[in-house]
Amino acid sequence: MRAMFRTSYAQDLLLARSPAAWGWYGLLMLVLLAIPHMLGEFYVGEMAGVFVFAIAGVGLMLLIGYTGLVSLGHAAFLGIGAYTNAILLTKGVPFIFSLPAAGLLTALFGVLIGIPTLRMSGLYLAIATLAFGSIVGIVLEKWHGLTGGFDGLAVPTPAIFGYVIEGRTGVYYLSLAILVAVLLLAMNILRSPLGRAMVAIRDSEISAQSMGIHLAFYKTVAFAISAGITGLAGAAYGHYTNYLAPDGFGILLSIQLVTIVFIGGLGSLHGAIFGAIFISMLPQAIALSRDSLPFGLGRLPGLEPSLFGIILVLVIMFEPAGINGRWLKAKRWFGEFPLHRRAAFRRQKSYAKSERLR
Amino acid sequence: MRAERVIDGHASTCLTSTHNERCDGISSTPKGKRAGMDELVRLVQLAINGTAAGCIYGLVALGFVLIYKATEMVNFAQGELMMLGAFFAYTFVGMWGMNYWVGFALAIAATAAFGYALDAVVLRRVIGQPQFAVVMLTLGLAFIFRAVAGAVWGYDSVGFLTPFTNKVADFGGGVILGQDNVSIIVGTVILCAVLYVFFSRTPLGIAMQASSQNQLAAYYMGIPVRTVFSLIWAISAGVSAVAAVLLVPVSMIDVNMGILGFKAFAAAVLGGFGSIPGALVGGIIVGITEQFAGRFLPAGSMELTSNIVLLAVLIVWPQGLFGQVIRKRV
Amino acid sequence: MSQDDSYFAARDLSMRFGGIRAVEGVTFDVRKGEVFSIIGPNGAGKTTIFNMISRIYTPSGGSLHFAGQDITRIAPHRIAGLGIARTFQNIELFSHATLLQNLLIGRHAHSHVPILSQLAFLPSVRQAEIDHRRKAEEVIEFLGLQRYRDQLIANLPYGVRKVVELGRALCIEPKLLLLDEPSSGLNVEETEEMGFWIQDIQKDLGITIIMVEHDMKLVSAVSNRVLALNQGRILSMGTSAQVQSDPEVIRAYIGGAPEPAPEKEAAI
Repeated sequence: MRAMFRTSYAQDLLLARSPAAWGWYGLLMLVLLAIPHMLGEFYVGEMAGVFVFAIAGVGLMLLIGYTGLVSLGHAAFLGIGAYTNAILLTKGVPFIFSLPAAGLLTALFGVLIGIPTLRMSGLYLAIATLAFGSIVGIVLEKWHGLTGGFDGLAVPTPAIFGYVIEGRTGVYYLSLAILVAVLLLAMNILRSPLGRAMVAIRDSEISAQSMGIHLAFYKTVAFAISAGITGLAGAAYGHYTNYLAPDGFGILLSIQLVTIVFIGGLGSLHGAIFGAIFISMLPQAIALSRDSLPFGLGRLPGLEPSLFGIILVLVIMFEPAGINGRWLKAKRWFGEFPLHRRAAFRRQKSYAKSERLR
Repeated sequence: MRAERVIDGHASTCLTSTHNERCDGISSTPKGKRAGMDELVRLVQLAINGTAAGCIYGLVALGFVLIYKATEMVNFAQGELMMLGAFFAYTFVGMWGMNYWVGFALAIAATAAFGYALDAVVLRRVIGQPQFAVVMLTLGLAFIFRAVAGAVWGYDSVGFLTPFTNKVADFGGGVILGQDNVSIIVGTVILCAVLYVFFSRTPLGIAMQASSQNQLAAYYMGIPVRTVFSLIWAISAGVSAVAAVLLVPVSMIDVNMGILGFKAFAAAVLGGFGSIPGALVGGIIVGITEQFAGRFLPAGSMELTSNIVLLAVLIVWPQGLFGQVIRKRV
Repeated sequence: MSQDDSYFAARDLSMRFGGIRAVEGVTFDVRKGEVFSIIGPNGAGKTTIFNMISRIYTPSGGSLHFAGQDITRIAPHRIAGLGIARTFQNIELFSHATLLQNLLIGRHAHSHVPILSQLAFLPSVRQAEIDHRRKAEEVIEFLGLQRYRDQLIANLPYGVRKVVELGRALCIEPKLLLLDEPSSGLNVEETEEMGFWIQDIQKDLGITIIMVEHDMKLVSAVSNRVLALNQGRILSMGTSAQVQSDPEVIRAYIGGAPEPAPEKEAAI
């Protein structure tokens, strides 16, 4: 294991844990920037999709993974962001304004659902957000005049200061930029009192109050920020799909978002990225392996949802910390090689802790 | 539920799958004084329809609540358990031609056994994980069950004949109800009575209550808690199977009928998730609200209304109608 | 004691849960800078009083005053800002955060940076973070927790967690510290160490302490005054020696002489 020698408190506040980490992330950035010049249009488009889901994943992770508030209706925020951006663009508002406007309006909706649900805990909150998601989905469908209803809405091509963002490459760079900005935002939150307040609320509300944390305020802020980020993801999503249809923002998408957060690994930003990669690649992987499955399984209808289900079940039974959990274990194994202790990550059999009392 | 038909210019949801001209005895030409009477009769029909639908929601919600009270697990696959129960019944009665009542009993047994196995094989291994993880697990299971059911029974809608299909019961005063609705309500009442007696009078039932209230103390008393939990899963699955079979005269069986689970879930939440009578009351409220919304509100706003109602109830009573406010002792 | 002497006061405090009277008619004063212990058998209402002070419960009757201010009904999150900190009987630490993060959360009451600045992590935020870190490190040094600094609470032994709980309360820089059974679950050596820390906190940091405790040795060692409760009511108040030799208190803990058995009906 690398020994870290710290000489000032400011070092602990840096975004990367060590000079080596700066190097790796820098390299990653260079590779990502170069990809559109190396890979074909299809793959560039697919990666843009990954970025969009990663943005939404970060938004939802802040809420579920860090503040402990489960939302089963986040597709609603994706939809609000997407439609706000698209509608403003069709009205001639420059993209440089429509994008942040989408984020802000969605954040406002986050406050709208955050405030009434302050007294709700766990399960009830999840159901309330589910209902909220349904309501927004239906409104998007029915408000024909604004959203075009089932006819759908074509998303205009955006331009910043005259530079037109078009094609798969344009969307790629756009979503990458938003993703980097959102990640910076999230990392800032996590190293400041706001992030700590969120974690405190997740782990012990009573204790958090005794420390002076105003529950109602911070829960609302968490909802607002999470919704705002997801709204930005929605705007990017609109440019990714080029065409918005209201039934694309229903319960199924909400479940996908929650799965991203969960399979990726609760409570880590890396998890949001891993989860997004996984969920985006799953349909491709299934399509590719369809023919090589035994017993003609590949030809069965309903293969995709069942594989989705099987993966969820396996992840929870065998690696509840998600992909990020495996990643950390692998890093540790390589770092301590050959002195890795087998019991280091062994899960204890534990009793069921009551979540009725938090 | 199914079979939306338009009568007198209003969309009215009839709970029969027949093609009768009459829909639960509603006359199609009301006039004058007779119109008033008919309106009243119509409201009674709506209430009965709603109660019957509500009983189904309530039974599935009951399945949720039984499991939640014991193990604090939220079973998002409850609707799919009901779907499996329906397909088992279809196999026994529809495909193999058994007697309805024998097939009914066998379907309950089969589904209960399946529920038991599910807990013993899969859910026991995730004890100790946060509630959210279990929710995701059962969600995954729901997907798997749907796909497996589709592979085994196909994706077409099926059904089979029951003693209550296409028959009516005349209660006098112009009130004529489908026997299917009545059977649902009566069946629910009988089942609840049986469950009540079971939980409060039999040793096993009391052991179950003990295990759900205090696991550790139950262990000390020599109660095999894990087996008891698996039995609770079995009962919960069995209850869902009953709901499924009661539903057959009214609705087709298909792979997606588990979607009902979401409404049942809402019903359970409405009633306060830890309360057994609450689950039934919640279900009936959902069922009746649905019927009246369908009758009196513009077409297609039913889903919106039910969601708004759910949200509103939770805002005012964050623990549901009968839920207890539980506070942590620090 | 005159009103001026009283730094913290409970006046005719009562708490009812349905039909149960957990606390009834409790009145006491705490002087500034003293260690005031509350003892009593289980169910006497001691933790309930703490829960009322930290506003987890709202008293059914009576009032609470701190430094001249009526705190009976203020919002729970304002207690820390007033300078009142507490530890919990069953440890309410943030188990999925590191020790350092727990202590830093304790600094929240002293954090006044606006949210937007935090989102941008402006230099003012950075400087505030370094200051908070410095304060937290002082507490770590005071309690000797350096080697556990970056470990998750979930991985720490119980004895260490008790100390972290104390440290987190100290990070609030309180004027009044409420300790709820600080020695429960600790062995003899750890209890003695806790006693030393309590004395250091009183003398070096000048903090007033109210303590709920069962361990009489610890109570005698550190307390200036003791209050004995039983079934929600005050039994006795005075110095440690006075209270422990009060016959009422002894009877509450040990029980009085048994009643004579009633005459039985002759067997058939």
